[in-house]
Amino acid sequence: MKKILSPWGLLAAGLLLYPIIFSDPFYRDIGAAFLLAAVSASAWNIVGGYAGQVSVGHSMFFGLGAYMPLLFYTLWGWSPIAGIPAGILLSIALALVIGMPTFRLRGHYFSMATIAVAELIRIFFGTWNLVGAAIGLQGPATARAWWDLTFRSELPYYYIFLAVLGILLYVTFAIEHRRFGFYLRAIKASERAARSLGVPVRQTKMKALALSAAFTSAAGSLYAIKTGFIDPDSGFGILVSVQMVIVAALGGAGTLFGPLVGALILVPLQTAANTWFGGGGSGLTFILYGGVIVLIARFEPGGLFELWHRLAPRRWRRARAA
Amino acid sequence: MVLVQVIVGGLLLGAIYALFSSGLTLIWGMMNFINFAHGEFVMLGMYVALLVVVWLGGGPALFSIAAALALFALGVAIYLSLIRHVIRGPMLAQILSSFGLALLLRYTAFWIFSANFVSLPQTSLAGTLNVGGIFLPIAQLVAGAVAITLTIALHLLLTRTTVGSRLLAVAEDRNAAMLMGIRPDRMQALAWGLSAGAAGVAGALLATAYPWSPSVGETFGLIAFVVVALGGFGSVLGSMYAGLIIGLIQAVSAFWLGAIYKDIVVYGLFVALLWLRPQGLMGKA
Repeated sequence: MKKILSPWGLLAAGLLLYPIIFSDPFYRDIGAAFLLAAVSASAWNIVGGYAGQVSVGHSMFFGLGAYMPLLFYTLWGWSPIAGIPAGILLSIALALVIGMPTFRLRGHYFSMATIAVAELIRIFFGTWNLVGAAIGLQGPATARAWWDLTFRSELPYYYIFLAVLGILLYVTFAIEHRRFGFYLRAIKASERAARSLGVPVRQTKMKALALSAAFTSAAGSLYAIKTGFIDPDSGFGILVSVQMVIVAALGGAGTLFGPLVGALILVPLQTAANTWFGGGGSGLTFILYGGVIVLIARFEPGGLFELWHRLAPRRWRRARAA
Repeated sequence: MVLVQVIVGGLLLGAIYALFSSGLTLIWGMMNFINFAHGEFVMLGMYVALLVVVWLGGGPALFSIAAALALFALGVAIYLSLIRHVIRGPMLAQILSSFGLALLLRYTAFWIFSANFVSLPQTSLAGTLNVGGIFLPIAQLVAGAVAITLTIALHLLLTRTTVGSRLLAVAEDRNAAMLMGIRPDRMQALAWGLSAGAAGVAGALLATAYPWSPSVGETFGLIAFVVVALGGFGSVLGSMYAGLIIGLIQAVSAFWLGAIYKDIVVYGLFVALLWLRPQGLMGKA
């Protein structure tokens, strides 16, 4: 009983019941957007948070995952589901290709390489006619059967996203408690020290990137299937990567629930900004994003999680740790 | 003849690439910090030029100096208020700080100036020069020449003057420099000023010859990465050669393959470089 009443049990119950309590499509849509942001940021978190390898080009995996289902549908009329594993495999392959040269080096190289590769792919897809060039691709307008994953209601999407988030959080939780997770944190703390203690540094970083890429790709697929449309900017754009980083960093990079907390704050904030400021709001939203990122970096690089740890009364913390 | 013109045009643009990239490499070499907002400094330099022309009616000399001073001040202010505090923090904080700054500057510019392309009204540098059948816009010629001169000046400042020695001393070993009576904070603030100032002048020079919008910052920032990766991290002279080479490659690939492919070629080259020779042409491993 005590376990179910813990904050995280309440959170899980809240997420399960949310679309039933708020049946308005507008709120369900916000809920789905929140889950998607949480999935993307949690996926980024594996390599960016736990391993401390800050990728600012994760949109390349997101975009591949988003394009593949719609490409399979456009080319051969297959169900978008068939494209999801293809996107995941391609993303893992791309992760290996990027990781091999850049993980030899430390520091900022990885960040720079990821941003350049994402940009390269974005421009490339924008000129490639097979994938719709600058216009992009569209999914099925009306569903032929359930396996087209094209639903009128937001509800099925919401629960699919929630299921993926659940799986991802479980995987992350499992990593945290295994040798692999300790390796990751050792690398983040000091790569040199980790290597001298026998941690297979490059291999571990590679695995983390591949795992992260796979889940980011899945997030992209979910996005494309729900939206039914993808173009180079919404798939590979730099802001897609930025959102993952900021959501994770705001909540607390390298913590299990950090990305969830970040998404819980940022997604409603973004929706509110768009509603208040109207069409011109997107620009202001990014000013806000930039400001939030700078403030996190300057004052609270550990994110809200660390802030909570410092400020919360000790007995609360102990209760949470128990 | 057309090809010669393309090559000369590429080298003139490359000279400006060299100038703003030398600013990026200075910060990178000195404090092992990658400034993701560097392209935004170039973009701001362009708008400073526009504002000076529109409000004060100044000419190229005036607005270039104004852009340099304004960005120098901004660079110092950013170092003192933000970078100084994150530089010894976790790497995530370092990357986030300049990345967030880039977003903040880019979208503030979008908000103020709108996303439309603008260009300077006719300056005193209008007209073209005909050199043996090659037509050179005077604005490009002057901008390229000034950019190369300033890049060399920055190189000489670092290698031939006391201030340069102090800057390099701080880069080499912060604590040892402190024991020698150098104030690292001042030197690093100066480096940020010089870096942003170089980007600002480069922006003003670009503004004389090319139209722009707030989104150019992203493009120029990426080009600066490529130039620095090619020239070697921390080497001003290296980034000068690399800037010219990148300008040339861009112009020639735009000429042969079409304008959209010039960025693909340049970013592809960057990825290949990170694969094959991550320390750059003139950098140390």
